[in-house]
Amino acid sequence: MSKKILPLVLGAAMGVAASTAAGATTLEDVKAKGFIQCGVSQGLPGFSNPDAQGNWTGLDVDLCRAMAAAVFGDASAVKFTPLSAKERFTALQSGEVDVLSRNTTWTMSRDTQLGLNFAGVNYYDGQGFMVRKDLGVTSALELSGASVCTNTGTTTELNVADYFRANNMQYEIVAFEKADEVVAAYDAGRCDVYTTDASGLYAQRLKLTNPGDHMVLPEIISKEPLGPVVRQGDDEWFNIAKWTLNAMINAEEMGVTSANVDEMKGSDNPSVKRLLGAEGAFGEGIGLSNDWAYNIIKNVGNYEESFNANVGPDTPLGISRGVNALWSDGGFLYAPPVR
Amino acid sequence: MSVMEQDSAGAPARASLMNDPKVRGYFYQMLLVVLLLTFGYIIVTNTVANLERQNIASGWGFIENTAGFGIIQSLVPYAETSSYGRAIFVGFLNTVLVAVVGIFFATIIGFLVGIARLSNNWVISRIAYCYVELVRNVPLLLQIFFWYFAVLRAVPGKREKWSLFDTFHLNIAGLRGPKPIWEPGAEFIGYALIIAIVASIFVSRWARKRQEETGQQFPVFWTGLGLIVGLPVITYFVTGMPMTLEHPNFIETGPALRRGFELGVGINLIPEFLALTAALAIYTAAFIAEIVRAGIQAVSHGQTEASHALGLRQGPTLRLVIIPQAMRVIIPPLTSQYLNLTKNSSLAVAIAFPDLVSVGGTVLNQTGQAIEIIGIWMAVYLSLSLITSAFMNWYNQRMALVER
Repeated sequence: MSKKILPLVLGAAMGVAASTAAGATTLEDVKAKGFIQCGVSQGLPGFSNPDAQGNWTGLDVDLCRAMAAAVFGDASAVKFTPLSAKERFTALQSGEVDVLSRNTTWTMSRDTQLGLNFAGVNYYDGQGFMVRKDLGVTSALELSGASVCTNTGTTTELNVADYFRANNMQYEIVAFEKADEVVAAYDAGRCDVYTTDASGLYAQRLKLTNPGDHMVLPEIISKEPLGPVVRQGDDEWFNIAKWTLNAMINAEEMGVTSANVDEMKGSDNPSVKRLLGAEGAFGEGIGLSNDWAYNIIKNVGNYEESFNANVGPDTPLGISRGVNALWSDGGFLYAPPVR
Repeated sequence: MSVMEQDSAGAPARASLMNDPKVRGYFYQMLLVVLLLTFGYIIVTNTVANLERQNIASGWGFIENTAGFGIIQSLVPYAETSSYGRAIFVGFLNTVLVAVVGIFFATIIGFLVGIARLSNNWVISRIAYCYVELVRNVPLLLQIFFWYFAVLRAVPGKREKWSLFDTFHLNIAGLRGPKPIWEPGAEFIGYALIIAIVASIFVSRWARKRQEETGQQFPVFWTGLGLIVGLPVITYFVTGMPMTLEHPNFIETGPALRRGFELGVGINLIPEFLALTAALAIYTAAFIAEIVRAGIQAVSHGQTEASHALGLRQGPTLRLVIIPQAMRVIIPPLTSQYLNLTKNSSLAVAIAFPDLVSVGGTVLNQTGQAIEIIGIWMAVYLSLSLITSAFMNWYNQRMALVER
């Protein structure tokens, strides 16, 4: 009997393997299962971090919530998958997550060779160095001979190699898999320097035994535009990710907030009307309902609200807007218009 | 009657094609092989098609590209400008290094503890018992973290040190010692060492033969040790001392960052290596100890009594009678432990030791070529394990009971 069953089982297994080759679009999948699977970090305060109740908060988390609000009108229709720097692209490629919103740097090779697309930039960052104050170092150019702790599988690892080579300085790299171990090793004194994106340095400094004993050096040695990533070849989903971010930035520019969005809907300003779906049918163009942006702002808020709640001056991270201000305020944020 | 006979003779012949268990067996096996091959073919073509459809790079071209990242420990020359292939090779050598050093220490500790478990001294046997039960019941990853983070905090910081004989220095940046610098003429020391090893093998063969013929014993161990240590030392002085030691350079003044040991002077065993090797050796040794104890207890007590009756003391009894017989029981499970240690060394990635998995993971992330890298990982661990098994099987055959 068993001899007869085995080929049947194998045949069935092959049938399954063959049928998964042809897939539905990401939007159809997401609608069918009722939530967005969002890849986030394993815990980076301000960007994606679980609180004591296990609720994820942060700038990157808000972007996923905004996408859920745009698709379902419900910002809680998201499930989060914490990913290490090393796992993140494979998880997105294999379809384990629908969108990767994990302080990921937009580089050419990632955009072109990994089968992925970057949907914009939600935080303009740059790589910095943190050292103990008692080392008496005031510039990154004095770091020759230092041992440097960082995460493996990041652009950080390459930038630090380039920077020390370019300035003809000696160094020793200690690269860990998880951010928590980098912090622990740096805290234990294994390394003189901790390097990662400057925003990450401010966030991780909060986890050190005595945050006040450490300082971030002024040099920013690289461009690190961080943004959400989706799979290449699904333009519909790519558009949703791209325009969710654009809607949040445009809303800030127009002064639409979660508090005044209902009253702004009746505004006389045609661009606000177009954004909130009172005029035109822009939501249909991306496969959603026309109140997509209204839902984003109502449930999550505009970019400024998200920034101030998670990383802004009144949070423990205390990061000022800087280059992440609107273009009209001297920053880099410039979203194409909704029209 | 004759009709019936004809029927009974013809029926099996006709039914044989359908009901012959042999033919049927072949048929199903062929079917299974065909199905498996089709399954494999579909998987491969499906993967290739999906990679192409998703525009993900594939192929082996990346091996030649510049790696661009640094590696803290390398047994062969490596720089950021080296290729990905070179980086993976560096990781591979680091894995082999940890495996070999770990196996060496695990075997020594394991045998000592295993024998101590059977000691007549209550304190010693209890200590060995506690060691085994404590160590083998705590997950290995936690032990690696313990050795790395708990012990790391206990040693002096980078600007201080603990010194032994003013030669070996320990601090949070690692264990430093003098590095031999070879000058012209030093190759003779190497030749002398090889000659000494070959000579010791001949001495031990000759001594065994003589003992079998005349019963006289020869101090093989001391002669061998004398040859292996003495000959290179004599050559060293005869060739005019062509080797100097480069001692680690500890800087005590100047800017705070420059204080401590200078990078690249002397030999440095990084703390990641020390913690990983210690954790692997100590963890595996607990299992080896139990295997050794079981092996010794498998040898009948009558052997010990017979040996004592022949007038052999405790030491030679253990060495010449018990251990050789116990080895036959010990070697097969010992092989599994060696394989476990080698494979467990992949936990190195947790504490930043640049082994094959750690470096391969970085390459995977830079290039995005998961399938190729995972293929390399599996092939390397499989080959390492098969080589270890092959060696241990050969050793097992040598030690097996030769029936006369």
